Amino acid sequence: MENFEQLFVEIFGGEWGSMLFSLTTNLLFIFAIVVPLLLGVAYLTFAERKIIAYMQVRVGPNRVTFFGIPWLRGWGQPIADAVKAIMKEIIIPTGANKFLFILAPVLTIMPALAAWAVIPFSPELVLADINAGLLYILAMTSMGIYGIIIAGWASNSKYAFLGAMRSAAQVVSYELAMGFALVCVLMMSQSLNLGDIVNGQQGNSMLNWYLIPLFPMFLVYLISGVAETNRAPFDVAEGESEIVAGFHVDYSGMAFTVFFLAEYSNMILVATLTSIMFLGGWLPPLDLAPFNLIPGFIWLLLKIAFVLFFFLWFRATFPRYRYDQIMRLGWKIFIPITLVWIVLLGLIMQLPESMRNSFPLNIWF
Amino acid sequence: MDRIKKFFSTFLLFELLKGMAVTGRYLFKPKITVHFPEEKTPQSPRFRGLHALRRYPNGEERCIACKLCEAVCPAMAITIDSEQRADGTRRTTRYDIDLSKCIFCGFCEESCPVDSIVETRILEYHGEKRGDLIYTKEMLLAIGDRYEDQIAKDREADARYR
Amino acid sequence: MIFQDFLFYFFSAILIVSALGVITVRNPVNSALLLVLAFVTCAGLWLLLEAEFLAIALVLVYVGAVMVLFLFVVMMLDINLDRLREGFWKWFPLGAIISVIMIAEMSAVFMGKHFGLEEMPNPSPQGADYSNTKELGRLLYTEYVYAFELAAVLLLVAMISAIALTLRHREDKKSPNPSKQVKVKKEDRLRIVTMPSEKKE
Repeated sequence: MENFEQLFVEIFGGEWGSMLFSLTTNLLFIFAIVVPLLLGVAYLTFAERKIIAYMQVRVGPNRVTFFGIPWLRGWGQPIADAVKAIMKEIIIPTGANKFLFILAPVLTIMPALAAWAVIPFSPELVLADINAGLLYILAMTSMGIYGIIIAGWASNSKYAFLGAMRSAAQVVSYELAMGFALVCVLMMSQSLNLGDIVNGQQGNSMLNWYLIPLFPMFLVYLISGVAETNRAPFDVAEGESEIVAGFHVDYSGMAFTVFFLAEYSNMILVATLTSIMFLGGWLPPLDLAPFNLIPGFIWLLLKIAFVLFFFLWFRATFPRYRYDQIMRLGWKIFIPITLVWIVLLGLIMQLPESMRNSFPLNIWF
Repeated sequence: MDRIKKFFSTFLLFELLKGMAVTGRYLFKPKITVHFPEEKTPQSPRFRGLHALRRYPNGEERCIACKLCEAVCPAMAITIDSEQRADGTRRTTRYDIDLSKCIFCGFCEESCPVDSIVETRILEYHGEKRGDLIYTKEMLLAIGDRYEDQIAKDREADARYR
Repeated sequence: MIFQDFLFYFFSAILIVSALGVITVRNPVNSALLLVLAFVTCAGLWLLLEAEFLAIALVLVYVGAVMVLFLFVVMMLDINLDRLREGFWKWFPLGAIISVIMIAEMSAVFMGKHFGLEEMPNPSPQGADYSNTKELGRLLYTEYVYAFELAAVLLLVAMISAIALTLRHREDKKSPNPSKQVKVKKEDRLRIVTMPSEKKE
């Protein structure tokens, strides 16, 4: 590593050399995050189709094999889908605003990928270990909405526009509840750094995770996360039975696929954040021999997969919410619950040390 | 008391969990899907699939160009031209079925006085180009020759209900 | 500091161009989007100044929430550009005065030497573990707590008054009440009756 840095310094000179060196290493790191992420997205779509099919007593995709290996029936499906999407023509409607029409998918996927910069995969493995990590994530997820709004507007179509409007209102309302739920996490961990948040959940067992003291917040966060990613049962922005496909009716081929990638990588992001903030990140569920020998990275992946399974389960179970009910849930239920919980948590944390220690079974405060 | 119960069941998402339990159970139920090319659902002798023109056992084609099927066809998928053959019998020179128009109602089969036009059990056929699904007389006769055993057996099985 | 200077000029150039675009572009939606770009580049500049909390808060609040609502409204508007341009000369004097004041203020900053700017030295750069969020929180909740609470109460009053001004109860409205609807149980609506099965004559 140092030899390479030397090489860069020799070629480009002192200041620029070390700058370019860190730029190169960062780019490589970004690649190491984004490529597995996109593969994960591809296979998440496969998992979704399979799991939902199984819940509906079907078998799902089982035809495309992977390199002709017979027991991997269906595993080539995401790759076949990707190839198909690349081959398709991107049609730009006549009345569309061309520049914004092309810009919209880019604006959707950019924040979905950028947010991964601060995710700690294990105690050492993090691209940017910044102090305001949680704020950064909130900022990035709140920017994802622009792609949807612009797509809806630039397509110059009624359905797309309706989808964009619905999604804008929905995401803005659920962001508040989500933000308040995260405020509770920060109050517990006393840090905005995601690594510190995970370290704050360290203990002997999974009882130390914030899942237990902040259980209502966990539910609020999970449900708001589903709403924030426009997934069923909150997928009114797409609403294929009412407004065709919402904001991306007019998109085809790769442009549509980019929206798709963004939606699914957002899903994985929300699942990752849930596992980091409430399920103890890379920490094993029990700090005992067989569990803590497994690397933390694997635990994080398992937790992400667990939360993602819930996302798919929700989609297979619940019918789409009506729009006014979505708004009611966000504004009249979630925000009051989170506000009450913040005040409660603040009161508990401000109690004198001796009183807090006298709580029965207290390991959190 | 009732209100308290309601309050808790709302906030503990009781009903949602009940719904998820149902889908969760179904995740492990045996799947009822028929794996199509390997497995097939049983077909009735009355199955209405691809058309065929039959022949008599001596090799003479049955169709006498009465054009009843053409007249009865609700989708106007059948086109027939006829002429007198050298031996003085009336035969078709053209018998086209446009399968992209056909609705598989089976009226042609019902109307045929000589059991010439029939619908077979074949459902897996396709066309790759425009016009591939217009079946001509030769094609229909070929299908009839090929599946005569099956067709005859099906007519036999259904005969006493007619 | 070559790289930082490069970043500074890069962000500033984008900021100036996009800010000019906001007031010159014809289409209001494009103009709103350019404003978003201006905010984001501005956040980049603030990051260079080590004000990461403010930078991210700018993106979170202005880009993530305020501008979304702005775009929402702008897209719904049916703006007639000719009508807008009618009052140009009527409002020109006021606009000119405001811009002259702004230019004067900006030049005061740029010509800081003549106003004794060097008496305020640059703050020394902080270490990597320095959290500007924590410092801000500490200041807001200790030294400036009254001002902060006052601002919060002011905003709350504004919010409530805005709601009070626009909330109308119409007698003839027929929109359903979702709270009532979700509370309905099966038992409230459905009555299962057992009837003896009829015999066929």
